[in-house]
Amino acid sequence: MSIVLDTLLLSFLIVCAVAVARTRDLLSAIIIYAAYSLIMAVIWLQLEAPDIAITEAAIGAGVTTLLLIATISKTRREE
Amino acid sequence: MEDLIVRTISRTLVPFIQVYGLYIILHGHLTPGGSFSGGAVLGSSMILFALSFNLERGAKKLSHDASTVLECGGILIFAMLGFYGILAGTNFLTNLKAGFYPGVPGEFFSAGFIIFITVALAFKVASTVITLFYNLIETEGEAHD
Repeated sequence: MSIVLDTLLLSFLIVCAVAVARTRDLLSAIIIYAAYSLIMAVIWLQLEAPDIAITEAAIGAGVTTLLLIATISKTRREE
Repeated sequence: MEDLIVRTISRTLVPFIQVYGLYIILHGHLTPGGSFSGGAVLGSSMILFALSFNLERGAKKLSHDASTVLECGGILIFAMLGFYGILAGTNFLTNLKAGFYPGVPGEFFSAGFIIFITVALAFKVASTVITLFYNLIETEGEAHD
């Protein structure tokens, strides 16, 4: 069970990381990056580090996404 | 970003995010999490409010000056709690030997001054996140949107 879940999560992580680099639309890239952080938080939980998981969910999926969206609202959306 | 869906969702969601952040902060000595995680959750809830509404309504809830005062006040409370250990005759940041209430381990009121330090540092982290956002968004030149 845990092996299957870990394999699934890690493959999602690799797919998200490649998709962030290949997306031309910057807003889509930010949303995919938030999904990457969320998957990473679940992986931290699987690694029995719930403290880091909470911090990753708050910083990676929350603050970083909001700061990057604020940056996009000041600049252009297309690359 | 003037969007009805984003505004309604964020107006509904912000109190729940803040309650969850306060839960993480106040149970920092019992459960995973603590001042940094809970403060980041609190700060990001205010950023979400200011980003989905316009900046003026966000600044009405918590202005730039107020967040600066909160940031300095958090670290001041931390330093005063630290120097209380020296006043009591022991080292800097001494917890139970300086006479703080030990409580029952596992209960909410326990662990001496850890909860006060957690609250102070959480307010510092939250206002740091908010100040970072305000400094980023308040530069001159209008947004393209």
